[in-house]
Amino acid sequence: MDPPLPPGPATAEQVILPHLDAAYNLARWLVRDPVLAEDAVQDAAVRALSYFASFKGGDARAWLLRIVRNSALSLLAARRQGAAASLDDGATEHSEIADTADDPEAALHRREGYARLDEALAALPAELRECLVLHELEELSYKQVAEITGVPIGTVMSRLWRARRALFGQQAGGDLP
Amino acid sequence: MNDDTCAEMRLLVQADVDGELSPREAAAVAVHLDHCPSCATLQAQLIGLSGRIRQEVPYHKAPDSLRAAVLSRVAAAAQPANDNPLPRWRRLPRLGLGPMLPIGGGFAVAACLALLLLVPRGGGLPEAVVSDHIRALQPGHLMDVVSTDQHTVKPWFDGRLDFAPPVKDFKAEGFPLAGGRLDYLAGRPVAALIYQRRQHLIDVYVWPDDGRSGRGPDSGSRSGYNFVHWSEGGMTFWAVSDLGAGELEDFVRLWRAG
Repeated sequence: MDPPLPPGPATAEQVILPHLDAAYNLARWLVRDPVLAEDAVQDAAVRALSYFASFKGGDARAWLLRIVRNSALSLLAARRQGAAASLDDGATEHSEIADTADDPEAALHRREGYARLDEALAALPAELRECLVLHELEELSYKQVAEITGVPIGTVMSRLWRARRALFGQQAGGDLP
Repeated sequence: MNDDTCAEMRLLVQADVDGELSPREAAAVAVHLDHCPSCATLQAQLIGLSGRIRQEVPYHKAPDSLRAAVLSRVAAAAQPANDNPLPRWRRLPRLGLGPMLPIGGGFAVAACLALLLLVPRGGGLPEAVVSDHIRALQPGHLMDVVSTDQHTVKPWFDGRLDFAPPVKDFKAEGFPLAGGRLDYLAGRPVAALIYQRRQHLIDVYVWPDDGRSGRGPDSGSRSGYNFVHWSEGGMTFWAVSDLGAGELEDFVRLWRAG
């Protein structure tokens, strides 16, 4: 699917720029905020440029997306820490930042349903959401998804299954068997 | 089939829908589906869901402002380390209005970024223009607006630049307009118009002549790409292509006469 890289050592430009849409799409679905997603991709670009020597050729998109994923998750963790700190200060206006959707059980058992599929996807736990986004929107194989998310292929399969089951559960169409 | 077998089959049915099975495994799943209505229903549901996701779930493409920012980081990193006055990790100023004003905000960010995009030292504008043309040949970066209609391309620029570049089409003469995009050259956002000549592409870069554009050579070649430079009507123009110098000159003559 990707255009083959020209022979010879790839440049950072050839590895990063063609996959910028994929990078932003993944970041956007992970952090669910357009501004934070841009920050995540910028951080990832900085990391990719400084780790570029570690790119040994091969699947440039998977290499970059793995970095994007790590940047996005770090930003989310930092934001959550910041939110927790301000709650400790007695501030309550940030309480909506607390991310209940990342609690798998809470999300899986949410039964109020979502009218729209993109809303239902956005409400999935992050580890299920990323598998579905990478496989369905990015059209990556189980092996590539496993490489990017750092889990075995079997885990990718069960996460995809759980993600799809949850989407069905939240839609009017009913449950998967 | 009992439930346990079906529970094991689910992941296989899913893998089949996902195109992950070998022909032999897929054949085994097909045999099971023939005899198991519940797994056959599951297969139909998974196929339907997959189709709906691809149709209804938006794919978020990178905004222009982000593309420009990453482009400038890559360009800066390509400089020799001691030639780069900005630390790589330096965060860019963020404009809170970005998400609400995608065009205006993005443009303002782009304008800031343009300051960071260094014109290669030891080279001048011809090198910068040619390397931008080569970079634009990267997949996915060539055109932001794909249109062979100058009346579509021109208004597209109007919302994105602080000047109105002239847009002309020379289809009848064999140089059809293929589209346009925003680019960043000489420390400012510029318009790039893309023309086609057989299998060749011509980029025409346009920006207001602020007197700082330099008086470099009016034509020449760098890295095997030819360029022609001219100014008129208060604008600076650079045409770049791998077309032969003669044909590129013909194109420029057409442009200046049109």
